[in-house]
Amino acid sequence: MSDKPQFNIDLAPLPTHAFGHRALTWWGLVAFFLIEGTAFAVAIAAYFYLMNLDPAWPPPPFLPPELLAGTLFTVLLLLSELPNTLAKKAAESEDLPALRKLLVVMSLVGLALMIIRGFEFVSLNVLWYQNAYGSAVWLLLVLHTTHIATDWVDTLVLTALMHTKEGTKGRRFVDCAENATYWRFVWLVWLPMYALIYWLPRIA
Amino acid sequence: MKPEYDPDGYRRDGPDFTGEPLHAKLTETWRDGPGLLGWIRSVDHKSIGRRYLVTALVFLALGGVLAALMRLQLSGAEREIIGPDRYNQIFTMHGTTMMFLFAVPVMDAMAIYLVPLMIGTRNTAFPRLNAFSYWMYLAGGLLLWIAFVLNVGPDAGWFSYVPLAGPEFSPGKRIDVWAQMVTFTEVAALAVAVSLTATILKKRAPGMTLARMPLFVWSILVVSLMVIFSMPSVATASGLLLSDRLVGTQFYNSYEFGDSLLWQHLFWFFGHPEVYIIFLPAAGFVSEIVQAFTGRRTFGYTAIVLALIATGLLAFGLWVHHMFATGLPRLGYAFYTAASMAVSIPTGIQIFCWLATIWTGRPRFMVPLLWVVGFVVTFVIGGLSGVMLASVPIDLQVHDTYFVVAHFHYVLIGGAVFPLLGAITYWFPKFTGRMMSERLGKVGFWLSFLSFHATFFPMHIMGIEGMPRRIYTYPAGMGWETLNLISSLGAVVFATSVGIFVVNMLLSLRKGERAPDNPWNASGLEWATSSPPPPYNFAHLPIVQDHTPMWNDERPVAYGLRVEDREMLISTVIEAVPDVREPSPNPTAWPLIAAAASTVLFVASMFTPWAVVIGAVPVAAALIAWFWPKDMNHEGEPVIE
Repeated sequence: MSDKPQFNIDLAPLPTHAFGHRALTWWGLVAFFLIEGTAFAVAIAAYFYLMNLDPAWPPPPFLPPELLAGTLFTVLLLLSELPNTLAKKAAESEDLPALRKLLVVMSLVGLALMIIRGFEFVSLNVLWYQNAYGSAVWLLLVLHTTHIATDWVDTLVLTALMHTKEGTKGRRFVDCAENATYWRFVWLVWLPMYALIYWLPRIA
Repeated sequence: MKPEYDPDGYRRDGPDFTGEPLHAKLTETWRDGPGLLGWIRSVDHKSIGRRYLVTALVFLALGGVLAALMRLQLSGAEREIIGPDRYNQIFTMHGTTMMFLFAVPVMDAMAIYLVPLMIGTRNTAFPRLNAFSYWMYLAGGLLLWIAFVLNVGPDAGWFSYVPLAGPEFSPGKRIDVWAQMVTFTEVAALAVAVSLTATILKKRAPGMTLARMPLFVWSILVVSLMVIFSMPSVATASGLLLSDRLVGTQFYNSYEFGDSLLWQHLFWFFGHPEVYIIFLPAAGFVSEIVQAFTGRRTFGYTAIVLALIATGLLAFGLWVHHMFATGLPRLGYAFYTAASMAVSIPTGIQIFCWLATIWTGRPRFMVPLLWVVGFVVTFVIGGLSGVMLASVPIDLQVHDTYFVVAHFHYVLIGGAVFPLLGAITYWFPKFTGRMMSERLGKVGFWLSFLSFHATFFPMHIMGIEGMPRRIYTYPAGMGWETLNLISSLGAVVFATSVGIFVVNMLLSLRKGERAPDNPWNASGLEWATSSPPPPYNFAHLPIVQDHTPMWNDERPVAYGLRVEDREMLISTVIEAVPDVREPSPNPTAWPLIAAAASTVLFVASMFTPWAVVIGAVPVAAALIAWFWPKDMNHEGEPVIE
């Protein structure tokens, strides 16, 4: 055993931030996708399990949810991917002025979505305690609301942060890029929820 | 020769900055602050790992006391030491404490402490998340035990089956305490799993490819992924239970088309992987101990890695074997029997690999290896009774009897606690800088091993003779008295032997022989640094060239990380090529504050649903403050790309 280390690799030339899977943040994000994705999958499994036991879905005299609010929400959410993609690109090219504007846009989109979400709750035509169908539908909507509220607050915080002098630092661009990735997960997860809450009760 | 300061003005470790001056500088950068505040603010994986370990051992002791009380009550027929209501709380608390507050956290503790050392890095990824995790775990444990002391201890068993645990049959707050304790511990376990997964994949020393990773680290990687895929299920299950109890949802209420078996599916989809979440780290301990005490590489490295992964996958396909007695379609019985038997194959592969290592190596039968031998014997017996239980006709006969109690104590104590005690003995010098007493260790081992079997073997027979589990007493003349008495006497000796282990730890902590860096001549990187390690773990990052770096003569290192800020190396996932230097967080109290805010939310939401809405505000505020950069004037290093 030799006491003196042999100096072989110099790490000093390595960069101090990187995007995508090279960044630790991305791995944390993926882990949370998996956790939340599993929670959604479990909730969906519970939904189908209960649906399978129920003689009718929804059980009469309950009506399926009204379509307007949920569909409006879905359309706006899908459209939001446009500014979201632009924000991600601006973050990755470290274009601060563009990123600042796009973050403001995304914050406003989030606000609009939260307002529409409120109307969704009152158009379900069932309350959570009335039967297992009501419980299942409310479960999906509450879960996704938690999800979207979390990312909306994230976006608000990043919008504020990028307007300070911290916004010039490379790692904060990584944060914004990953926040945009998370937003994609938010709308991707919504699509099956939309089908299960609004359409399956019409078909089943 | 490079100057001590780079042209860009940053000081880095390297040929010109090494030895004592580097030690002083890195210590200043990486150490916890002084006093209580420093303790609270620590994000050092070693501090967090140690406090996790001590807390888990305290819960082990508490759970053990409850076990002793149950054995006292059952030592003879019709004893009246404990009444039925208290007994229900005690067996529920025993199972809950051991599973949620001891077994999983103690494995987390070992992993948090050891993984960064074994892969040659300075701290875990997301160290504040680790700190947060500990506080959540502590809060969940306190909630459960304070409630128990106040006679609000849960009493529907550690898996809280509905409808017994539902609002109709369990009014009051006992079950809510249980369900919220689940929430706390799941948040804690998930946070650790995220941190460890990212650490293992992105923080490995240069050259430590996935194929050279220590087997313990492999086991923790598999377990962390299992936690990520299983814990959301129990968190959802307990969340639905709480909402049935608090706001009147109908998930488990069959009168409104809910279903009580939904609970069992959701619970066991977590509950069965949980068993392997506890066992696989123990298998990792065994692989490491066997390697160190036979002086050869563990036999069948690739086979063991594949076995770990196979166990992790199969674990998700057998939860329904806990539900054989609920009535299933024929195909369901056949499938889950086959799956349950199949999982014994990868476990068998590992056991044969360990035996082959001992057979072909030069074994030194010191205390850690003795625990491994005790583990193999005990775990194989437990595995065989497991294969018996996988057969539906046998399962239906002995379901809910002491046969099942015997089986799972053989696999959990034999399969996890024995390796854990071996692992604590093995790594004690790294944790504390002192050796544990070999003599006391041997006495403790033999007493534990023999008394364990005296305590739990008779339970197989009691079960076959029809003694149900979870009864607070039994009438005379059932033919169960002698076996119960033997079991209770065994339990007294078993408790004493665990006491001897604890005394050994405490005595050795004060007066044990001083440990050198590598007292066992082991092969892993954790032995490349001092015992205990300095706050920064490694002065220069080690470079890994094969599976057993400490058995080589050469000590190549990587250098050039900044020493005045906490900076860590990010490497590539598969080949561990150095890729990026990223800063690592400084000590902070925000994880504790966030955990305190979450505690308020969780506890208050046992009483009113509005707590979820109102309580979310302080939680969000704490998390934002946690994220918000503390020192905006601190200029980042100019980007070199």
